[in-house]
Amino acid sequence: MTTAETDLKALMLAGLGGDGAAYRTLLDRLSRHLRAYFAGRLSRAGRPATDSEDLVQEALLAIHTNRHTYEPSEPFTPWVHAIARYKLIDHLRRSRTPGVHLSIEDSEAIVAENDDRAGAESALDLNKLLDRLPDKMRRAIRCVKIEGLSVAEAARRCGMTESAVKVNVHRGLKTLSRSIASGRQP
Amino acid sequence: MKTDKLIDMLSTNLEPVDHRHPSRALIGAVAIAVSTALALMLMALGIRHDLTNVPALLSFGLKVLFAGVILGLAVVSLSKVIRPGGEGTVSLTLISLPFIAITLLALAMLAMSPSSHWRTMLLGNQWLECLLSIPLIAIVPFALITWVVRQTAAPTNLSRAGAFVGLAAGSISALGYALHCTDDSVPFVALWYGGTIAVCTLAGVKLGPRLLHW
Repeated sequence: MTTAETDLKALMLAGLGGDGAAYRTLLDRLSRHLRAYFAGRLSRAGRPATDSEDLVQEALLAIHTNRHTYEPSEPFTPWVHAIARYKLIDHLRRSRTPGVHLSIEDSEAIVAENDDRAGAESALDLNKLLDRLPDKMRRAIRCVKIEGLSVAEAARRCGMTESAVKVNVHRGLKTLSRSIASGRQP
Repeated sequence: MKTDKLIDMLSTNLEPVDHRHPSRALIGAVAIAVSTALALMLMALGIRHDLTNVPALLSFGLKVLFAGVILGLAVVSLSKVIRPGGEGTVSLTLISLPFIAITLLALAMLAMSPSSHWRTMLLGNQWLECLLSIPLIAIVPFALITWVVRQTAAPTNLSRAGAFVGLAAGSISALGYALHCTDDSVPFVALWYGGTIAVCTLAGVKLGPRLLHW
């Protein structure tokens, strides 16, 4: 087992338990791997590498909203790789890249390289994406995930129950992830 | 949007999650799908009235065993393929075993019977009803399981995930139809039960990429 696998898996398990600091480190490290992975694959497919940061963010959102589908008894790298590859193939299909054949690759490919460009930015506009969400989801995400209010405070401010806040945050991020995936982003 | 900002957002107020959620939701969906399919079948077609005699009971048992084994294998496989990367861990050979077994059994029965009986053994009285009922009733379990997979899971091979949704839905429907069906020859079960479940699986392969996309 590689050290990347051991480290990333430990961070993921802590994140699944609700450890936000470990989770932030995980996403930060994954974003570097994803950036190198997508940039490499896109340039091989003859696509502009400018799309790669959009893909990085799309994959991070997908990893986050589907983190409960990771089975802790299984290795972590293949799970991340499966999501990254799925999003890459989907992106190439959406952008109608003709004649691209992605070679079969080992799941280690996802952690093979690092690209730690600081402050990388995508063409996605978070505010526009949020504006398209139903009101309750948008307010819940703004309070809890952007302003950092606790769930209890957010519940009071939005006039929802605590569990409604949690559900709306989860559904909202999922809807956001889907709306990027279906290419409705201007 | 800066990637750092997205990471900040996602890790702020992080909620713990339970990895057993997708499997539990799937089992719940299958339980509801089985009861719904049985209820629909009983309302639309009614139960066969001869379940007290032994040959009828044996044949009913064979049909339930056939559909039940397929359902069990389909659910176990489905709980794997609905997770990212899970498609590599399911055995397609294992899934085909019940179909191979019943085909061999049917061929043996045909070989032991005079060829003048083959037509009746294969077509029974109600082959058309069987051909239509199983795929039609399967629509309800198919929709239910698809909905739960969309809500809770993230398959990365959509055709394969769709195939297992179709396989589960077809076998649930066949379980229900067995309560009504009085065509008891093994070749009939192999051809029309096996065939309609295969049709449902194929429909799943075709619909998966559209319905399960995320």
